[in-house]
Amino acid sequence: MSNSQPNFAVKPKATDYSLPFRDKLWRQFVIGLPYFWLLLFFLAPFGIVLKISFAEPIVALPPFTQLFDFSDSASRWVLATWDNYRFLSEDNLYWISYFKSIKIAAISTLICLLVGYPMAYGIARASPTTRNILLMLVILPFWTSFLLRVYAWMGLLGKNGLLNSLLMNMGLIESPLQMLYTDMAVYLGIVYTYIPFMILPLYATLEKMDTSLHDAAADLGAKPWQIFIDVTLPLSMPGIIAGSLLVFIPAIGEYVIPALLGGLDSLMIGRTLYDEFFVNRDWPLASAVATILLFIVVIPIMLFQRSHQEQE
Amino acid sequence: MNIENEAKTSHLAKSYVAETPWLDPDAVPFIQIKGLSKQFDDFSAVDCVDLDIYKRELFTILGGSGCGKSTLLRMLAGFETPSNGQIIIDGVDMSNIPAYDRPVNMMFQSYAVFPHMTVEQNISYGLKKDKLHKNDIISRVSEMLELVQLSELAKRKPHQLSGGQRQRVALARALIKQPKVLLLDEPLAALDKKLREQTQFELMNLQYELGITFVVVTHDQEEAMTLSSRVAVMDAGKFIQVGTPTQVYESPSNRFVADFFGTINFFKATVISTNNQSSTITAELEKTGTQVQGKTDDSFSPGDEVTIAVRPEKISVSQQSPEGDHLTITKGIVEDLAYYGNRSIYRVRSHSGRIIQVSAQNYQRSEQLVLEWDDEVYLSWDSSCNVVLSE
Repeated sequence: MSNSQPNFAVKPKATDYSLPFRDKLWRQFVIGLPYFWLLLFFLAPFGIVLKISFAEPIVALPPFTQLFDFSDSASRWVLATWDNYRFLSEDNLYWISYFKSIKIAAISTLICLLVGYPMAYGIARASPTTRNILLMLVILPFWTSFLLRVYAWMGLLGKNGLLNSLLMNMGLIESPLQMLYTDMAVYLGIVYTYIPFMILPLYATLEKMDTSLHDAAADLGAKPWQIFIDVTLPLSMPGIIAGSLLVFIPAIGEYVIPALLGGLDSLMIGRTLYDEFFVNRDWPLASAVATILLFIVVIPIMLFQRSHQEQE
Repeated sequence: MNIENEAKTSHLAKSYVAETPWLDPDAVPFIQIKGLSKQFDDFSAVDCVDLDIYKRELFTILGGSGCGKSTLLRMLAGFETPSNGQIIIDGVDMSNIPAYDRPVNMMFQSYAVFPHMTVEQNISYGLKKDKLHKNDIISRVSEMLELVQLSELAKRKPHQLSGGQRQRVALARALIKQPKVLLLDEPLAALDKKLREQTQFELMNLQYELGITFVVVTHDQEEAMTLSSRVAVMDAGKFIQVGTPTQVYESPSNRFVADFFGTINFFKATVISTNNQSSTITAELEKTGTQVQGKTDDSFSPGDEVTIAVRPEKISVSQQSPEGDHLTITKGIVEDLAYYGNRSIYRVRSHSGRIIQVSAQNYQRSEQLVLEWDDEVYLSWDSSCNVVLSE
């Protein structure tokens, strides 16, 4: 009984429940680490690119003007110019390549989704041992170099490539088809490369889905396709969104695949960016292209975050 | 509130006594299960089961985990295809009818409430699949919401509901299609004790009002006893005994059933004499030589080994020597006791060395225990309480 008697003499201190100082420090360190990483390897380089995008190109080393001039002779300190962005908006070439990038990335994402969803569904419904083997097979291509695999596609799709000679030997075609250096080849390359990023998040959501929900829908009169539309699809939305972003975002800035598999006219923004940097040596313009690209990528992420928060 | 509930239950109990279609040889069973088996690889989950369930019954299938009761229920719903046998519901063979076309609805153990739909959408789902007119759906859903007292939560999502409310959503969703049979898989298992008792009565009232045949699967024998018109005790894919709760409790057909329902004392005994006229046997309890009598429908001959089983609550415990006819009396020492308030459980070591469990009502109001450890006591029970088991 005496224990439960309130003690009015000593008020409990507010800090009683807080962590010891050492633990607090450790906690802040752990939380701080990713922030530090982002600051050092993302925000700082982005700041530099942003800065260059407001400069003017010159023939010098580095090939752009300084943004700040603190010398006495300067008429003003900040020498920023919107010229690069103005130029971007005026030249059709950039808009065409932005549009083409978005188009290729969007269609590739859709194909990845259409091909990846049944695969993920199949893996999620397979027996545990088969499931692990199938998952391993999905991840397996990552163990060889990405570049090597794209080169392999060149070998397969080329004029004298495996596919053409096979089709000719079978007598299906008389002269080799132009498969390499087409948009088709770019789609193929992107879908092939990024489909694991679609399958894995889809698998994760489908695998943990309660199968009794399917039983319940069937019990209430839903036919198999109705179960898919009413239950499976809406409940796998987080996986669809995550997978689509994981494919769309890298695909939009993809450089290697369109450069190696695409035709000269398949101007994706990654290639334009490369040309500005290394062929034209117009770093400020290239930086502006990169900055705009970043915003194109950031907007879908923000939309995703918002839709995610609404669901919570 | 409680009294009201009890009144309703006793009313129900009476109506059940009046309605005992399983005793009527002319009654047509509503659900007929014939030679039903389900094989998984080498393992048979349900092993050639026959069962008749009558209209408006609240039938319970009771068994431990892995006994095949859930597989049986899933076959009734149409989620599993039987390896062998037949299910007939209201005269229609269900063999080639898929789950979505059966006149049967199920309440799942996990409730399986659609998490992305509101309470209203969940409940109306089945009607929408039946392509009912919009106005019909609206009126039936609001009726159902009222019946399960969820009208105010119609727009909520399942994750905003308590366990009990989710259970009611699952129930409403299954009932709204007015199925011929409602299947309930462990309907009360996920609820806490107080809520379970309340829900149990609600379920019974609902079943009585709607007149739907309920088939309940449970592992909880108490739940089975209070809910059901009849119980089927299942083990290893087979029915061990099918009967009313009192039959199964008071006249278990074997040791498994006797042991499954509550606690029971088993005594080994040898048959001394039999009286075929009154189908009574006299047997001698092992070690003590105490002679007991018991009624049985099985035939025994002198020298047979039997088990005499006695429920703890049938045994009276006293410090004075009891008097009366047809009593089995033995003496012992209180070795252990547990006080539950309304009753006490005594574990008495008889002079033969065996432990006999006794459950006694605490009739008197007393702050002292009626009996203490190491008290010497007489145990006695009426001969009619002896259950004779052949094993």
